[in-house]
Amino acid sequence: MNIHEYQAKEVLKGFGVPVSKGVAAMTPEEAKAGAEKLAAEGAKLFVVKAQIHAGGRGKGKFKELPADAKGGVRLAKTPDEVYANAKEMLGNTLVTIQTGEAGKQVNRLYVEDGSDIEKELYLSMLVDRETGRTAFVVSTEGGMDIEKVAHDTPEKIITFSVDPATGIQPHHGRTIAKALNLKGDLAKQAESLATKLYKAFTETDMALLEINPLIITPDGRLHVLDAKVGFDSNALYRHPEIVALRDLTEEDAKEIEASKYDLSYITLDGDIGCMVNGAGLAMATMDIIKLYGREPANFLDVGGGASEEKVTAAFKIITADPNVKGILINIFGGIMKCDIIANGVVAAVKAVGLKVPLVVRLEGTNVNEGKKIIAESGLDVVPADDLDDAAQKIVAAVKKAA
Amino acid sequence: MSILIDKNTKLITQGFTGKTATFHSLGALAYGTKLLGGVAPGKGGTKHPDPGVNLPVWDTVAEAKAATGADASVVYVPPPGAADAILEAIDAEIPLIVCITEGIPVQDMIRVKRALSGSKSRLIGPNCPGVVTAGECKIGIMPANIFKPGSVGIVSRSGTLTYEAVFQTTNEGLGQTTAVGIGGDPVKGTEFIDMLEMFLADEKTKSIVMIGEIGGSAEEDAAQFIADEAKRGRKKPMVGFIAGRTAPPGRRMGHAGAIISGGKGDAESKIAAMEAAGIKVSPSPARLGKTLVEVLKG
Repeated sequence: MNIHEYQAKEVLKGFGVPVSKGVAAMTPEEAKAGAEKLAAEGAKLFVVKAQIHAGGRGKGKFKELPADAKGGVRLAKTPDEVYANAKEMLGNTLVTIQTGEAGKQVNRLYVEDGSDIEKELYLSMLVDRETGRTAFVVSTEGGMDIEKVAHDTPEKIITFSVDPATGIQPHHGRTIAKALNLKGDLAKQAESLATKLYKAFTETDMALLEINPLIITPDGRLHVLDAKVGFDSNALYRHPEIVALRDLTEEDAKEIEASKYDLSYITLDGDIGCMVNGAGLAMATMDIIKLYGREPANFLDVGGGASEEKVTAAFKIITADPNVKGILINIFGGIMKCDIIANGVVAAVKAVGLKVPLVVRLEGTNVNEGKKIIAESGLDVVPADDLDDAAQKIVAAVKKAA
Repeated sequence: MSILIDKNTKLITQGFTGKTATFHSLGALAYGTKLLGGVAPGKGGTKHPDPGVNLPVWDTVAEAKAATGADASVVYVPPPGAADAILEAIDAEIPLIVCITEGIPVQDMIRVKRALSGSKSRLIGPNCPGVVTAGECKIGIMPANIFKPGSVGIVSRSGTLTYEAVFQTTNEGLGQTTAVGIGGDPVKGTEFIDMLEMFLADEKTKSIVMIGEIGGSAEEDAAQFIADEAKRGRKKPMVGFIAGRTAPPGRRMGHAGAIISGGKGDAESKIAAMEAAGIKVSPSPARLGKTLVEVLKG
């Protein structure tokens, strides 16, 4: 689960991490009021930042504005300028290198106390699969696209992981200070920052924390200027305070509906809807559709312990997508029992109707009961013997209908 | 011969009396697995309530091990308690721990992985379908009827694709020695290389099917291992498959570990590495068995 920059900074602030003062705003009036509040506390320059779940905002362009209009991160000298900028940004669609062509509508802004920058650095944290530990990635090349830095000058990126048995230690902080060329008091600040970030990362179950840039101010302070945070969705059950930060307007409506039923669903660009049990088989089913010349409309894993209700919900989500010209159900039952899938499918077809071809392939636990339920339902369902057969049948049916 | 488990493996179940554990305990017993009982905290001293299972229940893994001499434990405990259950099994020095549970927080698994190092235990999983030695012992949730004792060793990151590989090798008349689902999480107990080493060493395993998916670099590491071993003259015919060729970057495809991020972990680089190591990678998940037959014919 991802959160906005301003929320990420709020979470980090709770762990004592140095961030700028700022106010979130949903309207130009709130933005102006926020700037006035910051001015009263001594702010002389304001930054108005679009809050969307995508990077590259500064260089992004608003679809509705002229090509020479400013991007998603703007400087303003007065609360009135903040108001004018907020009015231009809110409700419009920001297109960045990470949003795709469709862009994302800006519904929230963050008005921040502007910081003077002496130097930009990079710091991120993630779970390193190879070591099975929490890792730090740091670089002196802040403010840049880190993937480009990794590609062009890999020696400028320092990575290390932390032994969970000891947790963060002073030597980790010294490693960061050394990697970032920080000396004296700044080195001490780096040590303190590392400790706070590690605590924040592990205690809130983050999956990713990216600070780009981490800045040094002219008066010698290490300061978090931008922050991107994602959380481990497996751990959300123990963080209701994090779940409360979820912004549903950032997510696909079908994916939200699917998550209500604990279904793993991702919208794709093709026209064959898929319902599969198991993530690997679901990906493989997408792959085989492509192999036979069509594109999948979605990834959908109904999971191991699906109920009839869950299967019905999954079927409704697939059929609600107007791009879907055919449906392939592919189940290899282990925990999942084929008869439960069959009952769910029959119930769903009866409830929502069936306007496109449907191919069903069942195998594994209770397969004979499942096939019998489908056969006796009287519904127009094409049975398939194996995955190859199923993929060929659905591709042929969709081509024929087109 | 086989790897990890055989007809003599003595198994206990953690989270024994839950619905899923009960269903699969019945399946294990029907397969002939030496399931000797299980752990359900607070219910020690009783018998499993299902008349088909009717085996003793203990409060702790240590007690269960002392009473049964168990050398394997299967964990069905729900996510909030699963890591603790694995840690308890490590503490009790259970040699083989198989964790089926999906959805364990990764920070919990980081601690588990640390506890495994230097311990007497091996962990398979979590978020995996388990381990089956065909005709001898079934641990986990794989459907029994698709197995047939034979010569193929199967190792996979995906549960249901493991079933495909088993089913297809059975249909081709080859059968299996052991099938291992190592699980779809980013931090897990066992990676491909350890299983490949065991399959190479196992006399009865004549060929190997390896199924990977997008995310991480475990498949590339495994391919390097296979290439290095081949140089030393240790080699068996191998077929591979990588799921997620069509998956978009940056999206988590169901499994916590199945994500292409930062330009790493895509299917093409894994397929290239495997092919370079002499593994025949099937473009279709439906042709694993047939591809293996072709490779064996040479």
